[in-house]
Amino acid sequence: MIKLKKFGLGLIISLFLSLAANADQIKIGTEGAYPPWNSKDASGNLIGFEVDLAKELCKIMKHDCTIVEQDWDGMIPALMSRKFDAIMAGMSITDERKKKINFSQGYADEVASLAVMKGSKNEGLSTLSAVNLSEISADEQATLDVLTKAFKGKTIGVQTATIHQNFLESGLMGDVKVRTYKTQDEVNLDLTAGRIDAALAAAVAFSDYAEKSGKAVVLTGPTFAGGDFGNGVGVGIRKSDQKLINDFNAAIDKARDEGIISKLAIKHFGFDASM
Amino acid sequence: MDIELMINSFPKLLIATITTLKLLSLSLFFGLFIGLLFAIMRLSNNIFLNKFSYCYSYVFRGTPLLVQIFIIYFGLGQIEYLRSTIFWIILREPYWCAIIAFSLNTGAYTSEILRSAFQTIKPGFIEAGKSLGIPKKIIFYKIQIPIAIKQSLPAYGNEIILMLKGTSLASTVTLMDLTGVAKYIISTTFSPIEVFIVAGGIYLFMTFIVHNLIKLLEKKFGYQI
Amino acid sequence: MELLAFGDTGWGDELFYATLMTVAVSVTAMFIGFIFALIFTPLKLSKNKFLNLIGNFYTTVIRGVPELLVIYLFFFGGSGAIMYVASIFGYNEYIEINAFITGSFSIGIISGAYSTEVFRGAIQSIDKGQFEASKVLGLKKKIQFFKVIMPQMLRLAVPNLSNVWQITLKDTSLISVTGLVEIMRQSYIAAGSTRDPLFFYSFAAILYLLLTFFSMKLINKLEIKYSRGF
Repeated sequence: MIKLKKFGLGLIISLFLSLAANADQIKIGTEGAYPPWNSKDASGNLIGFEVDLAKELCKIMKHDCTIVEQDWDGMIPALMSRKFDAIMAGMSITDERKKKINFSQGYADEVASLAVMKGSKNEGLSTLSAVNLSEISADEQATLDVLTKAFKGKTIGVQTATIHQNFLESGLMGDVKVRTYKTQDEVNLDLTAGRIDAALAAAVAFSDYAEKSGKAVVLTGPTFAGGDFGNGVGVGIRKSDQKLINDFNAAIDKARDEGIISKLAIKHFGFDASM
Repeated sequence: MDIELMINSFPKLLIATITTLKLLSLSLFFGLFIGLLFAIMRLSNNIFLNKFSYCYSYVFRGTPLLVQIFIIYFGLGQIEYLRSTIFWIILREPYWCAIIAFSLNTGAYTSEILRSAFQTIKPGFIEAGKSLGIPKKIIFYKIQIPIAIKQSLPAYGNEIILMLKGTSLASTVTLMDLTGVAKYIISTTFSPIEVFIVAGGIYLFMTFIVHNLIKLLEKKFGYQI
Repeated sequence: MELLAFGDTGWGDELFYATLMTVAVSVTAMFIGFIFALIFTPLKLSKNKFLNLIGNFYTTVIRGVPELLVIYLFFFGGSGAIMYVASIFGYNEYIEINAFITGSFSIGIISGAYSTEVFRGAIQSIDKGQFEASKVLGLKKKIQFFKVIMPQMLRLAVPNLSNVWQITLKDTSLISVTGLVEIMRQSYIAAGSTRDPLFFYSFAAILYLLLTFFSMKLINKLEIKYSRGF
């Protein structure tokens, strides 16, 4: 009887609290809703650039990894409350996020762009092809002015808690109405439905959507980098986990040298976005 | 606990509460009409009307509000034909999509509350009215409806509170209600616990007010039947 | 229909498992709710003012705050709170709670508040004479409760508990933050991946309706069983 009780107790404890296993085991959080960076296939498996890259990095680090999905809006709080140990979710390295968490070195470049539906007045704006917000030159300011005029009073959709939202709210594009969505999928749906006039996200997110859905979503205006857009996409890690940051940095160095990152980027993005 | 963050977010959340209250009052307003309509249909002898009302209430009470709001906002938004009709003026706006979903939902519950209130009226009251030679219509408006309102007050009070909580789902279709703004603040501060505690406190305060208002009304209508 | 195919191409098998998950979470949450109700109902009925206050605090707060907030608070704060308690007992390692338990618990807390109200109402409406009679007969307290009060309470509570069950079942649609793949989250993923939200959310609605329909049939049978002999 006592044995039975002990067994029962043990079962309950192991069911409720699976105590943290060995230290080599790390959990990586990703969103699974930001193709081609990370998404899910029809069997419910996580796929995408970052899922492949995470597996490669873990192999190099000789860590046992599990990849878990987490809604984007709870990503950083979940990392901080130790639901997982690292974020690989197309998360750009920004000063705002650095207040709460640390980042590894960047592993890929995310280039942002506006998108509209084909036939929109704001299709094919005459602007520079790229703007870097770190130091805004006169030409770049002229481009921002064109955008400010073109999108005055318009509603632009972005995913919540992103660099894209921060940029639109910074006022550099003037007086636009920002509408925030839980996922990029929702932004795309409302862009094609015509509920929003334009959307801002990673350029690849739009081209991937246009290609797979056959909807006439087109990029417009310049591509953005620097400033609010941060310094590339890195692995988000808790500030207390300095060792894990070093591990990831070393692994990213190695993966870059061996051409693994470039290869995966070309496979998923169609071009080399490694950095 | 970041007390400073809690204090700083309080005014922003308070302003967002206005949106929540607007959503709530409009939904309850439309929901009451929908509920009354379907309650009357349910009590009618016409089998078609009766069954239709039953199905409506079954479907809306048997599925989560989140599914309903998603079907109306994301689902209907994908029908290209619909986008070319006049309905799109309303369905284009997240605000109205939320109100449609909430009204239809609370309408289903309200119809059940009113139906059972009508059914529990003692037949003696109606017979008494009839024997006094009072026309059917007047019996309905002057006897049945006031009694039904009194009977349904406690249950309807609960429904108001459920709906108040339900409006928090407006944030899932981009609206900046109390929950929406709370999530927005979290998206820049990454401190969910502090912000949600403040938002939760505001919701709690509102439920408290509704609860006591209903109690007050119950006392006011508290003549013995 | 292709969208619902089983296997690698369609979402049929995924949605099937998600439905099972919804049932599993709902049942577990309902059960956890009962445990909460067993703790808090006596507190609410207690003559001790302090215990009474705790009981009322639980039901008022949980029923007065949107489910979504309760779930978020539990998700982000729950493990922290448990670790804090553990650290008092000298255990400082990270305690991991899996998604299923987090999801079931967050819904269970909500479900428990409603169950508490139902049990309280049921006990209060039992005829006072029953308590007195069992005392006069000199029955032991345990037997009083299990043989006299409990069966009557259950009979009175079952109809209202079926409402709690429906609330619990529908609330599981809100736990997507925990990452648990139940009906709503799976539909969300499928809708995002196939860009066909109308189909998948409507299908989700049908799944919930089916669950409501069949569970209510079962509950009606229980109701008949418990009202036997009265």
